[in-house]
Amino acid sequence: MDDAVVVTPGKVPGIPAPLRGLFPLLVALPVLFGLQWALSDAPFATYLLSVMGVNVILAVSLNIVNGMTGQFSIGHAGFMAVGAYVSGVLSLALKEVAISGLPVVLSDQLFFVAALLTGGVAAAVCGFLVGLPSLRLRGDYLAIVTLGFGEIIRVVVQNTEVFGRALGLSGTPQTSSVAMVGFWVFVVVLVSRRIAGSSHGRSLWAIREDEVAAEAMGVDTTGYKVRAFVVSSFFAGVAGALFAHFVPIINPNSFTFVKSMEIVVMVVLGGLGSTSGAILAAVFLTLLPEGMRSAFTAMSEEGSSLAQQVDQIRMPVYGVLLVVLMLSRPQGLFGTRELWDVLPRWMARRRKGQS
Amino acid sequence: MRRTAPLLLAVLALLAAGCEKKTRQPAVGEEQKGGAEQPVVREAPGEEDTLLLGEVGSLTGAQATFGVSTRNGIELALEEANAAGGVKGKKLAVRVYDDQGKPEEAAQAVTRLITQDKVLLILGEVASSNSIAMAEKAQPAGVPMITPSSTNVEVTQKGDYIFRVCFTDPFQGYVMAKFAADHLKVKKVAILQDNKSAYSMGLSDVFTEKFQGMGGRITTRESYSQGDTDFRAQLTAIKKTRPEAVYVPGYYSDVGVIARQARELGLMVPLLGGDGWDSEKLFELGGSAIQGSYFSNHYSPDSPEPRVRQFIDRYKKAYGGVPDSMGALGYDAARVAIAALERAESLTGPAIRDAIAQTKDFPGVAGTITLDENRNAVKPAVVLQVEEGKTRFVTTVNP
Repeated sequence: MDDAVVVTPGKVPGIPAPLRGLFPLLVALPVLFGLQWALSDAPFATYLLSVMGVNVILAVSLNIVNGMTGQFSIGHAGFMAVGAYVSGVLSLALKEVAISGLPVVLSDQLFFVAALLTGGVAAAVCGFLVGLPSLRLRGDYLAIVTLGFGEIIRVVVQNTEVFGRALGLSGTPQTSSVAMVGFWVFVVVLVSRRIAGSSHGRSLWAIREDEVAAEAMGVDTTGYKVRAFVVSSFFAGVAGALFAHFVPIINPNSFTFVKSMEIVVMVVLGGLGSTSGAILAAVFLTLLPEGMRSAFTAMSEEGSSLAQQVDQIRMPVYGVLLVVLMLSRPQGLFGTRELWDVLPRWMARRRKGQS
Repeated sequence: MRRTAPLLLAVLALLAAGCEKKTRQPAVGEEQKGGAEQPVVREAPGEEDTLLLGEVGSLTGAQATFGVSTRNGIELALEEANAAGGVKGKKLAVRVYDDQGKPEEAAQAVTRLITQDKVLLILGEVASSNSIAMAEKAQPAGVPMITPSSTNVEVTQKGDYIFRVCFTDPFQGYVMAKFAADHLKVKKVAILQDNKSAYSMGLSDVFTEKFQGMGGRITTRESYSQGDTDFRAQLTAIKKTRPEAVYVPGYYSDVGVIARQARELGLMVPLLGGDGWDSEKLFELGGSAIQGSYFSNHYSPDSPEPRVRQFIDRYKKAYGGVPDSMGALGYDAARVAIAALERAESLTGPAIRDAIAQTKDFPGVAGTITLDENRNAVKPAVVLQVEEGKTRFVTTVNP
């Protein structure tokens, strides 16, 4: 119980207990709408922030399985694809429909939320179906099953007319906004932190450290693993659904094994089990290629061959940076700790509070 | 001490993230000053002494050779234009971004070109999915876009700012059907299509329809997925139906292997294909097995026309190797763009768009280009036969 108090930020005196849960929301919403308003005329920043947000959602949700529970899933892009395509098809079908009596913008947003939830639930159902048989086993089986699942989804999409086959699904209404992506980032972080601090989370940590010991202590390992996996797939589905609403065309090439590995890299780089690590790594790895683009364009003269060649070597540079980071910090940026754990000032406060 | 290392890294990561946004926001703010009417803003680059064009291409990834050839062609056209004094007294420059062959990267790159770099015009993408992603961003921003080699019909349907300088998939399917029926005089053709590529599926759909319309028969339609290495099962099934030719509208990387395995299984009939075959790598991968097969293409490197010879000589000198059709189309697209910039009354989006739309009988190296009312190029296709290490011009098929 003590640990739960440490991670719950709602220790504000004078506020009744039920309202404390709402507190983070009251802070997040104005911030998000402010951001949305500030960026309304900046399509590139909006796009980049949306990509970043989707990556954060993916990394944080994968961290629940790979980091906290210690299971190795490498098919996250598959769940993302399920969410993206299901919600994309739904939005496409509802494109010309509006709820009567409501302004069009509002009804579009309502449909968008519905599409997001549908995409998330569809992915969660897939997660349940994939997780139930494979999570009964121990070791690397989940990795193989999720890898297979990702490939199956891609092949199914490629051969289904409704999903636009190999060309991809285009014409999905682009109703996504920074505020909506930001809101889901907020939700996934909140859920992830609350899980980590709850008794549920303790069981997940126990499974991660030693599955046999956890079982001996009466933890229903399969049940907990499946639940963590379903939550994780739900958010991957939502991330995919968001993705489908700001990328003009979704195509099976966007959900390959490489995408899954990118997300795994984010989680590992941030530190397995660290939510803030996953966030930072996702932000960093999304901005890195664009940052290199800026740096190289600024450095080289217009029209010189360097500027032209440089875009090609972005990816190798990215790879080298990852190798360097992993060599210097094999446990990831934060290990299992969080950002506030490693910041000394916070550290001191925590020690005082605990003693 | 233990804590300093992660701290340092965290600060660095934050710094990188923080810097990113700061350098970006002012540029974004600049655009806001001009208001939402982009044409007004687009006058700004005119004050400088270079006109900036943008290109997005897959410089890395599975179809990297296409992206690199296209870029080479565009660069060559720009060099020539600059040597001849530029456009309206100003030098031209192109900014190239890599999209790794992914649509979301293409959309990101094109947004960056439009809002950050404020390019006058966008050239780009070989793969149709990526071109569609780009078109969806270029059209609302009012920036004209010319795709050199995206053959899918949907691309130019995205709006009146989107053009192409190549023919479309239906036409290519028709070309091969007509060639098979009239020139090869075959009646029974089997199809082996790439399920993973919209291009391949589109071509085989049209081929089936047209060839059957010309009295031919499709014996069977088998599928594979790009990147497969074993095609024996499909080829055995095809062989059983005794076709007189096999239509394989895939990419060169797979076709070479398919040809080898077909010959191993004793399937000796000629293979037919589309412009996805066009790469130097085809000869290497296919060896003697691919020889004697035919494919439709945008241009023939052994055309005697002086402008084609001149282009090939220059390309060889600059990059080594004979340009494939992506190089030729990139060159054509850039030259159409340059000619339009020259003609345009002003350097605003709508003026450039109108100038491009007026392109008529433009002497490109890959055929004479006339843009129709759907912004597609109306031009003939050539059929080439594969020989040892090179291709031979067979015939031209007109629309």
